[in-house]
Amino acid sequence: MISENLRGKRIAITGATGFVGTALVERLLFSVPECELVLLVRDGRRTPAAERVRREILKNDAFDRLRKKLGADFDASIMGRISVVAGDVSTDGLGLSPHDAQKFASCDIVIHSAASVSFDSPLDSAVEVNLLGPMRIAELLNAIGPKADGTMPHLVAVSTCYVAGNRRGTAPEELVSAGPFDIGLNWKTEVTAARRLRGDAEAASRAPAQLANFRSQARSELGAAGAPALAAKTEQNRQRWVKDQLVEAGRTRAASVGWPDAYAFTKALGEQALHETKGNVPVSIVRPSIIESALSEPSPGWIRGFRMAEPVIISYARGLLDQFPGVPEGTVDVIPVDLVVAAIVAVAALGPDEAPHITQVASGSTNPLKYRTLVDNVRDWFTQHPIYDAEGQPIVVPDWKFPGRGKVEKQLTRAKTVIAQSEKLLGALPLRGTQAAWSTKLEDRRGDIERALEYVELYGLYTECEAIYSVNNLLAINERMSEADRKTFCLDPRVVHWPTYISTIHLPSIVLHSRVKTTPGKSTLDRSDRLRKQVLDPSRHVAAFDLENTLISSNVVESFSWLATRRLNSPERVRYVLRTLREAPNLLSMDRKDRSDFLRYFYRRYEDAPVQQIEEDSQELLAQLIMTKSFPAGLRRVREHRALGHRTILITGAMSFAVEGLRPLFDEIVAAEMTVRPDGTYSGELAQVPPTGETRAQVLADYCAREGLRLEESIAYADSSSDLPMLEAVGFPVAVNPETRLATIARKRGWLVENWEKASGGPRPRLPLGPMMSEREQKRFSERNKRSSYRSGL
Amino acid sequence: MPRPGFVLEVDKSTPPILFWRGENFSLEKLPAGRSRVIYAPEPLPAIEDVDGAIRHALLNPIEQDPLPEQLFPGMKLTIAFDDVSLPLPKMERPDIRQRVIEAVLDMAAEAGVDDVHIISALALHRRMTEEELRHCLGDRIYDAFAPRGTLYQHDAEDPDNLAYLGQTPHGEDVEINKRAAESDLLVYVNINLVAMDGGWKSTATGLSSYKSLRHHHNPETMIHSRSFMDQHRSELHKSNWRMGKVLIDSGVKVFQIETTLNTDTFPSPFGFLAKREWEWSPSDRMTYLASTKALKRTPTRLARKIFHSIEAPHQMTSVQAGDVEAVHRITTEHVYKQQLVEVKGQTDILTMGIPYISPYNVNSILNPILVMCMGLGYYFNMYKGMPLVREGGVIIMTHPTQPDFHPVHHPSYIDFFEQVLADTTDPHVMSQKWEKQYAEDEWYKHLYRTTYAYHGVHPFYMWYWGSHALQHCSRIIIVGGDPKTVRRLGFVPASTMDDALEIASDVVGRAPTITHLHSPPLMVADVS
Repeated sequence: MISENLRGKRIAITGATGFVGTALVERLLFSVPECELVLLVRDGRRTPAAERVRREILKNDAFDRLRKKLGADFDASIMGRISVVAGDVSTDGLGLSPHDAQKFASCDIVIHSAASVSFDSPLDSAVEVNLLGPMRIAELLNAIGPKADGTMPHLVAVSTCYVAGNRRGTAPEELVSAGPFDIGLNWKTEVTAARRLRGDAEAASRAPAQLANFRSQARSELGAAGAPALAAKTEQNRQRWVKDQLVEAGRTRAASVGWPDAYAFTKALGEQALHETKGNVPVSIVRPSIIESALSEPSPGWIRGFRMAEPVIISYARGLLDQFPGVPEGTVDVIPVDLVVAAIVAVAALGPDEAPHITQVASGSTNPLKYRTLVDNVRDWFTQHPIYDAEGQPIVVPDWKFPGRGKVEKQLTRAKTVIAQSEKLLGALPLRGTQAAWSTKLEDRRGDIERALEYVELYGLYTECEAIYSVNNLLAINERMSEADRKTFCLDPRVVHWPTYISTIHLPSIVLHSRVKTTPGKSTLDRSDRLRKQVLDPSRHVAAFDLENTLISSNVVESFSWLATRRLNSPERVRYVLRTLREAPNLLSMDRKDRSDFLRYFYRRYEDAPVQQIEEDSQELLAQLIMTKSFPAGLRRVREHRALGHRTILITGAMSFAVEGLRPLFDEIVAAEMTVRPDGTYSGELAQVPPTGETRAQVLADYCAREGLRLEESIAYADSSSDLPMLEAVGFPVAVNPETRLATIARKRGWLVENWEKASGGPRPRLPLGPMMSEREQKRFSERNKRSSYRSGL
Repeated sequence: MPRPGFVLEVDKSTPPILFWRGENFSLEKLPAGRSRVIYAPEPLPAIEDVDGAIRHALLNPIEQDPLPEQLFPGMKLTIAFDDVSLPLPKMERPDIRQRVIEAVLDMAAEAGVDDVHIISALALHRRMTEEELRHCLGDRIYDAFAPRGTLYQHDAEDPDNLAYLGQTPHGEDVEINKRAAESDLLVYVNINLVAMDGGWKSTATGLSSYKSLRHHHNPETMIHSRSFMDQHRSELHKSNWRMGKVLIDSGVKVFQIETTLNTDTFPSPFGFLAKREWEWSPSDRMTYLASTKALKRTPTRLARKIFHSIEAPHQMTSVQAGDVEAVHRITTEHVYKQQLVEVKGQTDILTMGIPYISPYNVNSILNPILVMCMGLGYYFNMYKGMPLVREGGVIIMTHPTQPDFHPVHHPSYIDFFEQVLADTTDPHVMSQKWEKQYAEDEWYKHLYRTTYAYHGVHPFYMWYWGSHALQHCSRIIIVGGDPKTVRRLGFVPASTMDDALEIASDVVGRAPTITHLHSPPLMVADVS
């Protein structure tokens, strides 16, 4: 019956890139010969809609069986049956061009499965998509009018069982407004209110006090990363704040009127709105409960995305969550995705006249899965198939105690507070490299706990939903189906044997998808090795290096001190050291505020220094200071890049003469240049802006442009968040011995982190002073330079 | 009259025996009945009138005209001298090279020679620092020559200052310092600490380039040098002697001055190091206890500094000058007289304490590669006749073997350790796969030429030095070494001597014979 009814039909589908949508497209192509599909897909930020269909839908493993069946004909045969229109259900007229609108509205059936399902979407976007989306489709269909045969397209809208709200007892297959618990909400008022809230939040986020707040947050996160990076981060913080406000607004508004979250709340009002505005369009609604991995189609365990109960289960298996609220005898209403798809197809096949107005697809009333059954099966399965931690040790899953929600939340909140405090303390310490990694580990841990807390809050609400969703209409459809249809389009929730489903289908599938470690022993090729391989790929173009704390553990003050004291006698040295120590706090705070100001100020000390003497001394500087303080692994890395044919470039705020000894390592050295006076002494003034902060990104970009090389194929090595602009500009950033802030950023963004050390056992001079020269040498120089301020003005 | 060296059979009454352990030492009890300890001869008496002896040698050279007769106004005179790698430890001032060169310079001045260059013959070693040059040559020579640019160090990577002299019949390239090659007379001032030094090795190695050196510094030559201390059975020396022939044929005129030292290696309070343990006085025992305890608590960096500041009281036992080969024959006799000990038969296990110093880490760190070179390259090769340890036997060394490297002196060693040894420890494989890359690396060349770094290829040579031992022995054990580092070297770590003997037992059985090479001082075992 089903294939026959749908043969040759044109079916429009929204939300094809989603979990249900992908399965639906696949099932129609596989099991309904000769139907044509029109997919309404949003343009991606960089990828156009048609490309998204190819990448996100057709490449999905759901299509494996179809690909196998069709072989080389797959592309031709599938593309012949699919056409793509670019549009967006959250804009009026669905954002379609007139031509596409015609194509869309002339379909025989429109299946609307696009939704904002994420439980933490902001109220206004949930309203635009979930509440107004179905209505906009009906509006468009009405506007275009009947097809050539005089009939209107059949709109099948996918909703959710949870529109029934927080209630106990049976929830029948009828509109909420038709039931006894309707509190008479007006959807139009809710739409206006939600839009108004967005405006208010946007306005509030721009208040001066708030902006200052965002800016100081950005500064504490990034440090002295330069004005553009700081501005970008500040704006990001503002947008996140607005979003948080609206998410919170959605959650509280939904709770206040009896729904578990904004998703169910907006879906419920969406059904209402569609009902009131559908006009001539025949509408059927399909309401699934919690959709989980496939029972058998397209393959057992097939799942897409990862946001329902999976994170909770994986958190439990990882030992992160040892408690989850819920009552053992409660029902968890789960339904495999292929049953939902079959129900949608069946409703579409029955047509507007025969199909029930509302069909619920749920298991709770006919084949309930008890909470205890779920938990017991999960625990048994993970006891037999443990997940392994980073050290390769199996993680033992705890016994589930079925505590109340409040208790679990309190426990997690307490853990979070402790970690947040330790994090703050670590952040305040001047740590680098491995020590800085502690702090990122803590941050990871806090992230885990925060997520767990969110799940508990969100899913806790669902487990507390004790409604039983009746499925009379679904069973009636099942009755009418032929034996062959029941086999191809199985929609009967009674066929699921829960323990088998959980342990042989669902858990293996989600463990596979979550990419957790399932084998013992330490992994041989870890993430860093993988990243390092990418960095050292011959196809890269340029490797840019910062100097201080990236290749050597020294700084401009040290090289100055070394050069300045090389020709001093003992009492002069003591005076120099005392003076520098006295100035140190001042210099440090200056450096923290703005690197280039600091450099300009500090380099004035080279005023009157004789060029020739500095050049002579700089040669010794390489052996005595730079090599002594070098990171051998870093220098080796530079040479590895050269050996691979990459260009190497050193970008440093150090003086050019101080880094002259490193010339053979680099194709290009960009350093601070000082102007020379006619009398052969340095002026103490820099020839241009010293390469620091965002200037470095620009220097690198200019170099690449000049040499015809690509930034995306380049690598940058740096140690501090002030180098963020340069790190962000390249395709392969590497954080070397990162200070805490950069360590955190690198960890979050998955950058390669290298911890390079000085050669162990090497000399560790306590003060960066030049070695004493023989007395005769000293005499020679002290006479020559008696009146030079470079020497006497130290 | 100093006592000759001898072999002690260890019995129940033998006290524990001294082992070097890098910047410390330990006493180890060796199993009675099957162990023996080889003690070197006591230091020979020194020449009292050193300057007189030098003058005598210069005026009465062997198979050549007296030095003054070879000097004339307007000539180009070049004086080359052994670098900082000799002697060990550095000698108390005045260094013997200073005395010899001062004598040569006096004669040159008398003859009216004013074009004199003094070159440190360092081959691919690191350049000497000003302080080291001053120690070796004295302030007078340094201040007179260095500022004028006529005292400098050989640069094996300066193509403008190398002269290609041709090939030996074996196809070995001969390339040496241009100034030395083009001088009217090349005076070479040597210190012959071990029998391996001197002869043609002074000029053909000390003043040559990588192009020339690679012909005898390779695994093949090293394996066929049995041993380096016996030049007639050493491929290394045969190659150098062939090159010497090329030098003579190209008209390079060498006036070789060789000196030998006695083995008075350590000043008091470290005098007990060279004593036989049962002859230790109560104050020796106290010094041993106090210094080992103190050194244990001393940070390694400081301990190194203390040890490297030791200046040895060794003194000259002979000086001879003239024709390279004739001079070296006499020199070798003097060295053997001081160092040779007769030993009967080989042993299953050879034990050795590795000190803090080698020719390649003066004022530096004995890094893991040098530990290998000291044990397998030097101590293993301290034989004439046949190796002390039998083929398939075991070597046990004692040394902390930390992964410590001097970043200025040994930059290519660090990469060698991390890159090459992680890949292979086989000298043949690494010479094929890695040597060229390190030898021709621009960065290493730059560091060798402008700072105080050993040449990029040098760690390979150190490893090749042990080629014969690697092939000859079935297991190498390091007692007290950092396990990870020792394994990287391809050896087996053990925490105590008993553990090491236990580990060795599955190769050499439960009751192996053990021989300990007692050092200091240096010696050569004449094994029959």
